[in-house]
Formats: sequence, structure tokens, C-alpha cells
Amino acid sequence: MESLDYLLPLVWFAILALFLFMYVMLDGFDLGVGILSLTSSTEERRGILMTSLSNVWDANATWLILMGGSLFGAFPLAYATILSSLYIPIMIMVIGLVFRTVAFEFRENSDNKFFWNVAFGIGSLVATVGQGFALAGVIEGIHVDETGHFIGSTWDWFNWRSIIIALTLVQGYVLIGSCYLIMKTSGSLQETHYKTAKIASITTLLGAIAITTVTPIFSIFARNRLFEEPFIYIFSAIPIIGLSLVIWLFISLNKKQEKIPFILTILIFLLTFVGLALVVFPYIIPPTITIYEAAASPSSLVFMLIFIGFLIPIMLFYNIYNYFVFRGKVSAE
Amino acid sequence: MDFLSDTLILSRMQFAFTAIFHMLWPVLTTGMAIYLVIVEGLWLKTKNPDYYYHARFWAKLYVLNFGIGVASGSPMAFQFGTNWAPFSESVGDFFGSILGFEATMAFMLEAGFLGIMLFGWERVNPVIHYIATILVAFGANLSTFWILTANSWMQTPAGGEFVEGKFVVSNYFEGMLNPFMIKSVSHMFLATLETSLFVIGGISAWYLLKKRHQAFFNRSLKIVLVVAIAITPLQVYVGHLSAEQVYHYQPTKLAAMEALWDTIPAGESADWSLLAAPNNKMESNNWEIKVPNALSYILEFKPRLSEPVLGLKEWKPEDRPSMVGLVYYAFRLMSGIAFVFVGIMVVSVIQWLRGKFTPENLANQKLLLWAWIFSAPTGYLAVESGWIVRCVGRQPWVVYGQIRTADAVSNLPAGNVLTSLSIFLAIYTLLFFSALYFGSRIIRKGPNFDLPLPGARDEETPLDVNPAKHIPNSRPIN
Ligand code: HDD
Ligand code: HEM
Ligand code: HEM
Repeated sequence: MESLDYLLPLVWFAILALFLFMYVMLDGFDLGVGILSLTSSTEERRGILMTSLSNVWDANATWLILMGGSLFGAFPLAYATILSSLYIPIMIMVIGLVFRTVAFEFRENSDNKFFWNVAFGIGSLVATVGQGFALAGVIEGIHVDETGHFIGSTWDWFNWRSIIIALTLVQGYVLIGSCYLIMKTSGSLQETHYKTAKIASITTLLGAIAITTVTPIFSIFARNRLFEEPFIYIFSAIPIIGLSLVIWLFISLNKKQEKIPFILTILIFLLTFVGLALVVFPYIIPPTITIYEAAASPSSLVFMLIFIGFLIPIMLFYNIYNYFVFRGKVSAE
Repeated sequence: MDFLSDTLILSRMQFAFTAIFHMLWPVLTTGMAIYLVIVEGLWLKTKNPDYYYHARFWAKLYVLNFGIGVASGSPMAFQFGTNWAPFSESVGDFFGSILGFEATMAFMLEAGFLGIMLFGWERVNPVIHYIATILVAFGANLSTFWILTANSWMQTPAGGEFVEGKFVVSNYFEGMLNPFMIKSVSHMFLATLETSLFVIGGISAWYLLKKRHQAFFNRSLKIVLVVAIAITPLQVYVGHLSAEQVYHYQPTKLAAMEALWDTIPAGESADWSLLAAPNNKMESNNWEIKVPNALSYILEFKPRLSEPVLGLKEWKPEDRPSMVGLVYYAFRLMSGIAFVFVGIMVVSVIQWLRGKFTPENLANQKLLLWAWIFSAPTGYLAVESGWIVRCVGRQPWVVYGQIRTADAVSNLPAGNVLTSLSIFLAIYTLLFFSALYFGSRIIRKGPNFDLPLPGARDEETPLDVNPAKHIPNSRPIN
């Protein structure tokens, strides 16, 4: 029983990490394409960008809902405290998502495509910025008392460091969005996105460097974690691997490879994600509440595991099938 | 304007507004999904292209609604945490799990197959396409099941108990099978189907009235009518069962639904109030029109009650719903609409039996067609009223008898909630009118009979999954 109490929150932390990663990767390119659409020169080009998302945006966005629902069930305290303490960034994100989703649908039916396109792009940007601020809020820590109730102020998440994090997330999404478009388009549109991918990989890299140097200075708990035994080895390896991946990405973009850049970007995302998870773990409301303190009762966790656990492979399967059915390029006739 | 600085009132307004707005869209997508399964099945069976074009035409309205449903659903998924943190924390073990199931079992299924259902006509074979359509419909209705399970549990919490304000689950299945669940799920299932049927019927009637594609839309009107024969009376019956369960488990709500201030003791006959002007301050109705003995018949089907019906004055004002008039009229509006639906169905069936339901004949029955057209939006009114009865009638509790709404709200600066509420008001108003505009555009444009039939282009390889060309500026379907 003891070991079960130890294991269950761990398993759920891993499942939530999986859902969040799926979201960041999939809606990441989705939002990235949205932001990129703001820079497209013609209506035709924007049309192709939108078409490349038409069959996937819903499933991509649903990973976030999955993550929200599972967090609610598995770590109710974290769901309640994080969302209410980060009220403003969460609302920014949600409102951005509402706008972009609806703009996408309306554009289809409208003659004034330009207006809804801009709404779609701005919505994507707003949603990303909201996510960036929320992420920053969690990384820097949330002021709670020992029972996990919020005692900080509603603007705690807002400072120059969170602005860097939000901007870097925008860059990251633009990067993965560009790489997705390199796969899905051809001709001059593809050329454009080789360029945007290169620019975004540099800006993302700069952002990442800034965040990794600044965070340990300002966040005591992140600093302690970085210099803890075995973690220090992992944390010294991550920048090296990361840098090599970025260089490889650059070479691959120069060689005009089509699929490799997307895969490399995913690996870069994964690496960052692992790094962040290790900084935060075992806390779920850093720096005070651990996954054990925030977890639902073991029976709840088992119950949810039975119903949700076996669905994970099935969900992955039909999502992959969806991408398989619509594989190939979106082309302008 | 005190409420502008009251986080509780603002959060309640925000939840009510966003829930009411969200509710408008899934109603159609869950119900219409079943209709799409029917017409696609008919197409596969009869090979009559008309059914295929029905599937394609209604799917356009479907996507429009689906998009707004998903968009307005995301704020709902986060609002429990942002605005109702103490509630989320105390019921998360059960309530959160159920929302987690809804997302993994229902939303993901729907989202995963939606792309294939909408754009996959040329890319997968018809059987796989049909399976995708069925899974989308199944996912949508599964989400009704889970969300209503969660909400029913808030009405009649079961399967555990509250220990120091936190709900400790002892039996999950008991919690899921709480006393309200089965009847509420059924009532909601029928509500989405019924509303969608009358939307489809109303739009079809409009085309018949305009003498456009008469044979085509006569077909959809007939499909709707066939299903409505069963659904409309059944909904009255299931609605009645819902009222009965409220009578047994939530006496404060029943008293508000009936604007009943003084208890009617057992052994007496109870009148049913048809119209009244409830007055909260006086704790009575300013005036009232009653139907003698009707309430005794409705509740127990006999002239004299065997159990008392409790009046609102049995409870202290802070223990009973305060918006009595709203609950009272919402309930009457919903029930009234149910009978309007039955009426339209009966008249149409009679006309059909008299052989007057053909396209030519119908074009002259303007009154009947207008009745169908006007009934299209009333389903939504019934649905929203039903939710007002359910949620406002539950007050002052968020979890009936256990957690007060006032104790469930997050401790947020009122300004935050006021800002988000204002933004929701502005955006949703824009979205609502845009949706009406684009919806009516789709309808005015009518079905597109130029779409190639799947497989017609290349008879030999119906299994062809090679990437088809996409047309810029539009989805591959249009
Ligand atoms: C097409 C829609 C529709 C129609 C025609 C009806 N209802 Fe309804 N009703 C709903 C749509 C609805 C709903 C929106 O689906 C509700 C809200 C929550 C729920 O479970 O169902 C609801 C709730 C609801 C409740 C509240 C349950 C609660 O508070 O827990 C009662 C008592 C009734 N209904 C009773 C009726 C009666 C007696 C009807 C007919 C004579 C009727 N309904 C027709
Ligand atoms: C399963 C889904 C639903 C759940 C879990 C739910 C839960 C809640 C919660 C937590 C509140 C806020 C606390 C309160 O004021 O009691 C609320 C209020 C409200 N909800 Fe629901 N709700 C659901 C569906 C709906 C829908 C679909 C509608 C409308 C169409 C609706 C209408 C309202 C209204 C009008 C209020 C405000 C009541 C008041 O404050 O007096 N609800 N509900
Ligand atoms: C107030 C509580 C509610 C919450 C928190 C909620 C949450 C959500 C969310 C997050 C989505 C988006 C799903 C996606 O990304 O695919 C959604 C859509 C949906 N909701 Fe709600 N919802 C609520 C009320 C209801 C009710 C009462 C119903 C009952 C019919 C319902 C039925 C649906 C359906 C069928 C969808 C799928 C999208 C569509 O078909 O349009 N929801 N909801």
C-alpha cells in the first residue's frame, strides 16, 4: 500500500506531463502557423496555411482540455490553486483560444477573409502569450500557505522575466509552425518558411539562453535544484545536447530537408520539457506543494487510471491515423 | 451598483453567461450528429445521392456550430479552477475525475474523427467514413452523458461523504449512478435531439415555403417527423419524471418551480399554478391563476396528496432559492414548448396520413410551414430554461445541501472578474450575431449538388487513399 501511495501520484504526474507535451507540440505548431499567418503576403498563401490545419486543429486543442480535466481529477488542489492564482494569464489564454477557433470557422464562410484571418492570427498570438505568462508564473513559484492556498497577489506572474519567457514561447511556436509548413507546403511558400524557421531557431535559442541564465538567479528553488546531485549532471548535459540539436537543425534547414527539421524541433521541445519537469518535480505548485500533497485520494487515482490509462494508446492511435489519412502536401492548384 | 465589486455575484454572472452561451452550440451538434448518422446510413443502403447531399449540406451547419461549441467549451473547462477554486478542491476527487473522463473518452473521440468525417469523403472508403461519423456522434453523446453525470451529482451527491468540507469517495459507481443521473441524462439526450430535429425541420420548411429544392427538403422534413413522433411525447414524459425526482430530492427547488409559499399538508388536494406573480418580499404571490387539483394529479396521479408538498416558507430565506419568479417562469416556458412540439408533430402526422405531406401540397399549407419555422429556435429556449430551473433552482447551494455557492467562490479581486466578464460579454455577443449571419448565409446558399459523389471519379479504386488536392482558400470539401 505504501509503495502504491508513492507510485500513483508519480504515474499521474507522468501522464499529465505526456498530455501537456502532446499539447505543446501539436497545438504549438497550430498556434505557430496562426502567428505566421499574420506575416503572409497574400490571401492565397493564408488560405493554404489555414487548409493545412483544417483537419487537425480540434484534436490538437483537445489535448489541453485533456490536461485540464486530468489535472482537476488527479491533483484537485493544484488545479484550484494554480488556475485561480494565475487568473489573468489563464483568461488571456482562454480568450485568445476562443477567438482563434471561431475565427477559423468563420473565415471559411466569410467574404471578408482578411478580417477573420487577422483575428485568427492575433488570437493565436494572444493565446500563446497567455500560456507563456502562465508557464512563467509556475516556474517562478506561486505564493501559497502550507495548506496550498494562494496568498500572493494577482500580478505576481508579471515581471520582465515572464515577458522573456512569453516571447520565447512565441518564438518556439513560430519555429515548430514553420517546420510543419515546410513539410506541408511546396514552392515559394516553403521557401519562406525555411527562412522563418531559421530566424525563429535563432531567436528561440537566444530566449532559451536568457531563461536558463536568469531563472537560477531569481528563483531560489530552481537554483537549489540545479546544483543538487544527480541533477547537476543532467542539467549540464541539457544545454550541450540542446545546442547540438539546434546546430543540426540549422544544417538540415540549409540542406532543405523537409521532414527532419520538424522532428528535430520536436526533440528540442522535448529536451526543454524534460529540463523544466526536472526543475519543478516533485513539486506541482512550486515551491511549496508536492505532487503527494496535492494528489487526490489513492482510490481516485486508481479509478482514473483504469478509465483513462487504457485509452491513452487508443487516443494516440487514432490521432496518428488522422494524420496518416491527411498526409501529403497542401498545394495551390 | 454594489454587485460590480462583489466577486461572488460577478463569478456567478460569468458562469451563468458563459454556460448559457456554451449550451447553445453543443445542443445542435450532439443532436444533429445522430441525424447525420441516419442520412449517411440511408445513403449507403439505398445509394440514393439525395441522402449523400443531405449529409454534406447539414454538415456545413454542423461544423459552424461545432467550432463555436469547442471554443466556448474551453473557458468552461478552466472556470471551475479559476472562479470556483474552493469548490474544485473539495469535490475534485469525484467531480474532477468525471470531467477527465469526458475529455478523454468523449471530446478526444469526437475531435479525432471529425476531420475524417468532414474532409475524408475522398480519402477513406465509405465504410470507414461511416464509422467515423458514428464515432463522432457517439463521442458527442458520450460527452452529454459525462457532463450530466457530473451535474447530476451536484444536485444529488452520492457515493461518499463530506469530511471537513472535502468530499471523500467511498464508491465511484454509486456516485455516478446518483439519484438524478439516469433521468437527467435521458432528458438532456432527448432535448438535444428534439431541438436539432426542429431546427432541421424548420429550415426544411423554409425551403418548402420558398419553393426551393422541394423534393429534397420534403425528404428531410419527413425524416424529422418520423423521429419526432416518438421523441416529442417521450420528452413530456421524461420531463415529468424529472419534475418528480426534484419533488423527492430537492423540495426547495420544487417549491420555487411552483411558486408555492405555504405548505400543502398531506390529505389535501393541491392546485397547479398556471400563472402567477411571485413576490419575494411579501413571501406570497401578488396574483395567481390556478388549475384545481392538477398538482396532486401531476405529482401522485390522485386527487389528494399522500405526502405534503412543502412551501418556501418552510425554510429560512437564506436556505432557499431567491429568484423564485425566474425559476417559476423558466419552468413554464420549457413545459409549454414541449406541448407546442407535440402539437406540431400531431398536426403534421394527420396531414401525412391524409396524404397532404407531399412537396406540392405542403407549399400551400403556409400555416403549418410557418409553425415549423417558428419552432426552430424554441428548442433552445426550452433547453436554456431547463438549465435555469436546474441551476438557479439549486441555489443557494452549489452542491445541493452540502456546499453553499457563497463558500465555493475563489478569492479573487472583483476587478479581475469584472474585466473577464466584460470581455466575454463583448466577444460572445459578436460571435452570436456573426454565427447567426453565417448560419443564415449557409442556409440561403442551399445545398451544393455539384459535389462529386465519393468514388464516382475513379470507380476502380474506391479504396484510394492517395492525398487528394486541396483547393486553396477553402477546405477540400467545398
Ligand atoms: C427541448 C428541450 C426540453 C423540453 C421540451 C423539456 N425540457 Fe425539461 N429540461 C431540459 C430541456 C427540455 C434540459 C435543458 O435538458 C434540462 C436542464 C438540465 C437537464 O437535465 O435537462 C431540463 C430540466 C428539467 C427539469 C429540472 C431538473 C432539475 O432541476 O434537476 C424539470 C423539472 C424538467 N426539465 C421538466 C420538464 C417537463 C415537465 C417538460 C414537459 C412538459 C420538459 N421538461 C420539457
Ligand atoms: C454539467 C454542466 C454544468 C455544471 C457542472 C454547472 C455548474 C454550475 C456552477 C458551478 C455554477 C456556479 C455556482 C452557482 O451559482 O451555483 C452554476 C451556476 C449557473 N449555471 Fe450551471 N452548470 C452546468 C451547466 C449549465 C448550463 C448548460 C447552463 C445554461 C444553459 C447553466 C446555467 C447556470 C446558471 C444560470 C447559473 C447561475 C445560477 C445563479 O448563480 O443563480 N448551467 N452552474
Ligand atoms: C458547464 C459545464 C460544461 C463544461 C465545463 C464543458 C466543457 C466543454 C469543453 C471544454 C468543450 C470543448 C471540447 C473540445 O475541445 O473538443 C466542450 C464542448 C462540448 N460540450 Fe461542453 N461543457 C459544459 C456543458 C456542457 C453540457 C451541459 C453539455 C451537454 C450537452 C455539453 C456538451 C458538449 C459537447 C457535445 C461538446 C463537443 C463540441 C461540440 O459538439 O460542439 N457541454 N464542452
